[in-house]
Amino acid sequence: MKKLRLIAGVLILGLSTAACGGAKVEDDSAAAPSASAAGSAGASAAGTVKIAINGWVGYEANAAVVSYLLEHELGYKVEKVTLAEEPSWQGMESGDIDVILENWGHEDLKKKYIEEKKVAVEAGPTGNKGVIGWYVPEWMVQKYPDITDWKNLNKYADLFKTSESDGKGQLLDGDPSFVTNDEALVKNLKLDYKVVYAGSEAALIKAAKQASDQKKPLLMYFYEPQWLFNQVKLVKINLPEWTEGCDSDPKKVACDYPPYDLDKIVSKKFADTGGKAYELIKNFQWTNDDQNAVADDMTNNGMSAEDAAKKWVEANPAKWQAWMPK
Amino acid sequence: MVSAPVQVAPPVQAPARVRRLPRWAGPVAGVVAVVALYIAFRGKAVLPHDDDAALFHWLNDARDWVDANRNSSPIFLYVVNYVRLGVSEIYTAIQAALVALGWPGLIGLAAGLGWLAGGWRIGLVSLAGFAGVGVLGFWEASVDTLALTLAAVVLSLLFGIPLGIWAGRSPRVRRIVTPVLDVMQIMPTFSYLSPIVLLFLIGPASATIATMIYAMPPAIRITALAIQRVPGVVVEASESLGATRWQTLRKVRLPLALNTIMLGVNQTIAAALSMVPLVALIAAPGLGVDLLRALARVNVGAALVPGVAIVLIAIVLDRMTRSAAQRREGGTRARIVRWGGFAVLTGAGLALTPVLAQEFPEQWQVQIIRPINDVVSWIEANWYTFTGFLNDTVAYGLLNPLQDVLTSAPWWLVTLSVLAFAWRVSGPGPAVVAAACLGGVAALGLWQHGMETLTIVLVASVITIAVGLLLGVAAARWRWFAAGLRPLLDAAQTMPSFSYLLPAVALFGNGRFTAIMASFIYAVPVVARLVEDGLRTVPATVMEAAKSAGSTNRQLLWKVQLPMARGSLLLAANQGIVMTLAMVVIGALVGAGALGYDVVAGIAQQEDYGKGLAAGVALVLLGVMLDRITQGANGRRSPHKKRNS
Repeated sequence: MKKLRLIAGVLILGLSTAACGGAKVEDDSAAAPSASAAGSAGASAAGTVKIAINGWVGYEANAAVVSYLLEHELGYKVEKVTLAEEPSWQGMESGDIDVILENWGHEDLKKKYIEEKKVAVEAGPTGNKGVIGWYVPEWMVQKYPDITDWKNLNKYADLFKTSESDGKGQLLDGDPSFVTNDEALVKNLKLDYKVVYAGSEAALIKAAKQASDQKKPLLMYFYEPQWLFNQVKLVKINLPEWTEGCDSDPKKVACDYPPYDLDKIVSKKFADTGGKAYELIKNFQWTNDDQNAVADDMTNNGMSAEDAAKKWVEANPAKWQAWMPK
Repeated sequence: MVSAPVQVAPPVQAPARVRRLPRWAGPVAGVVAVVALYIAFRGKAVLPHDDDAALFHWLNDARDWVDANRNSSPIFLYVVNYVRLGVSEIYTAIQAALVALGWPGLIGLAAGLGWLAGGWRIGLVSLAGFAGVGVLGFWEASVDTLALTLAAVVLSLLFGIPLGIWAGRSPRVRRIVTPVLDVMQIMPTFSYLSPIVLLFLIGPASATIATMIYAMPPAIRITALAIQRVPGVVVEASESLGATRWQTLRKVRLPLALNTIMLGVNQTIAAALSMVPLVALIAAPGLGVDLLRALARVNVGAALVPGVAIVLIAIVLDRMTRSAAQRREGGTRARIVRWGGFAVLTGAGLALTPVLAQEFPEQWQVQIIRPINDVVSWIEANWYTFTGFLNDTVAYGLLNPLQDVLTSAPWWLVTLSVLAFAWRVSGPGPAVVAAACLGGVAALGLWQHGMETLTIVLVASVITIAVGLLLGVAAARWRWFAAGLRPLLDAAQTMPSFSYLLPAVALFGNGRFTAIMASFIYAVPVVARLVEDGLRTVPATVMEAAKSAGSTNRQLLWKVQLPMARGSLLLAANQGIVMTLAMVVIGALVGAGALGYDVVAGIAQQEDYGKGLAAGVALVLLGVMLDRITQGANGRRSPHKKRNS
């Protein structure tokens, strides 16, 4: 009983302190627990930056280098929050996320969170050029040269049949949270295919490697920048050409993905109060090759994110020094 | 209708043989009728999936309304947002307190509490368990997980114990609460993430609330049971001495019920720990994040090690609360030893905190991720033909044909069959509920995906129950087998369900079969254990009688043990199926598709939100349906993972 009373007391105390803060969802107690946790190396002096970590290694490469610089050059503490793309935007509203380091388009979310709710702002391009498309292993193109035209895909649908594709051809997609129009594309282009979700980037990579090594047919959703293109030869399928606005209605899309200029998004609060950390993130810009180098070290050379970032930072001082706040 | 009447397992009777013919004639006629109707109506009245269903759009609009009014509608300003803030404060306070203790302080405190609860044995277990978490290299994440678990448990008890007391005192409350608890426990954990995110956004607050929903039912159930069990004589004696109701509750009922209530706490903690990894999907910190990340990288070792860390935490908390539940007598001396030991151990830990390094020393950590991965890649490279063959056999031989039948049969035929089958197995009440649930799935516009999920669940359940039955029978027969099996089952039961996905993915690639294998590992321990317990409860005298009548071992099993353990076997089937459903849904993370995928996509993609929410409801309906069909199991206790000590 005593314990119960104690617990109740603590709870009431907690609720009443919370009550004073007002009941809107912007969270002002940002980093209260983490700041107290970070006595180590006196690093917490400058504050905490909460970076969303989306589920592909290219993104993690951006985050690795930015975190390394924030921690070692500017003395911030970085909290990495593993989250899917759209929930990351929601995190800007709830106060759980300060920064998205590689955003792929998402015009609808920009409208909602930047224009309407005004809880997020753009922080400039990352310098990376993004491509999304459908790919087949190179050996298939040598064997079936006309496969790269989408109009011929139905002719080859039988090749791509698997136990999971309901007797149709299988189009292998990644994580359900990735940017994709594939189900609409299959429907609107009248393709005899079924979209099957592998669940993650790593599962796509594994499938691509197997398809290449064992000469198994594979049609899959994939994207650049990605280190895998340095290891495995993949050929992009030509979908109907993208024109401005052809993909404005997600249900009626019947054209290729647009070229993406990947960019950074930060929460409004972070833009206003982030100081040097915000400056650094706004200035951060590099190339696809830079990102691939770091991602490759992280995935294939057994390095931790921090070690890979350190290696890149030591090798490219001129690049990152240009990002440093003046 | 709700709680099945207690049926006495029918005694084995030989004379029944006379009526054999009409007994199986009914079912056979039923099966023939269903097959005939299927052939006649195949492909008619099917409900193909439509992403554009009006309901999904309506739910999306509802979501948009909530999003737009989060900071203006009074419901949010004065209720929902306060709940969010309050829960968030609780989590933050607990997390900060645990961190402030430092790792030596926390280990010392754990050892002290262990000592207090159960002497040096439990103290040692706690010490080793928490130190082990550090050695595995997951100290910080484990502290977050522990904080989240404790926050959810504190809240669950805060609401669960009073509610349980109330339910224990009033049969009317009990009648209302029981079906709600049933649904709470059957609900696949995945299904209520989206509504919670809608109300409370992402972050530790919603994670705590989601965990709490899952963890509260055992607290309520067991408290109610404990209060009910307090002997009426004692209560009457107290009342006749002039005690008020409040005094009777405080001085008589609660102290007498305390030990049982502690068991409820134990079960609540176990439930919370099994949910906590999953809420990483909605931005909760802790070990779940490591699991998710390992899943995204298909890194088996990186998924197993945090899983082991959770097992360690679970073992420590379990032993601690379980021994605290055992009444301990003893004089002042014993008390001094207990509290003294507690003080010494905690003090020692805390004293070391400022001395030792802030973070758990790296040189003490053991790297076991790489060796695990080496083993996995060896298996992957060498067993490929075998695993591929297994996958294709199950997919082409079982999954695809069954799915074809279920999706091409008219919806009313499937519903009727379920009604008839459930009627036969569990009686009219459950049958009507089951059929209504299936009708609900159709009304939600998710018939086809529902049938796909059902296909996977059925195949997985059959495999799970078959193997569980074999293991259980073997364990009941040979002591040495049981002794060898038990630790394996214990570990398999406490591992977070998440960790099972990856070994399955590594072996079988992405797809439905992987989900089946993962749910098999997840559910088989419970099934095996219930079967074993059921067989063991057959009275020795009955066995002796049968033996002396000349029964062979085989006859003994089929004619005596299994029929007499009918109740336990049905309970095992019920549990196996409900657990399988929960896991199959999580399998959507590795490409098992169907309703689980709708839920995942609903969390991750704006335009799929409505579909995801509806899919969550459909999953609950499927769960209730499967539960009612197999409800012939009588005397169901807390259907949550059971640890029969």
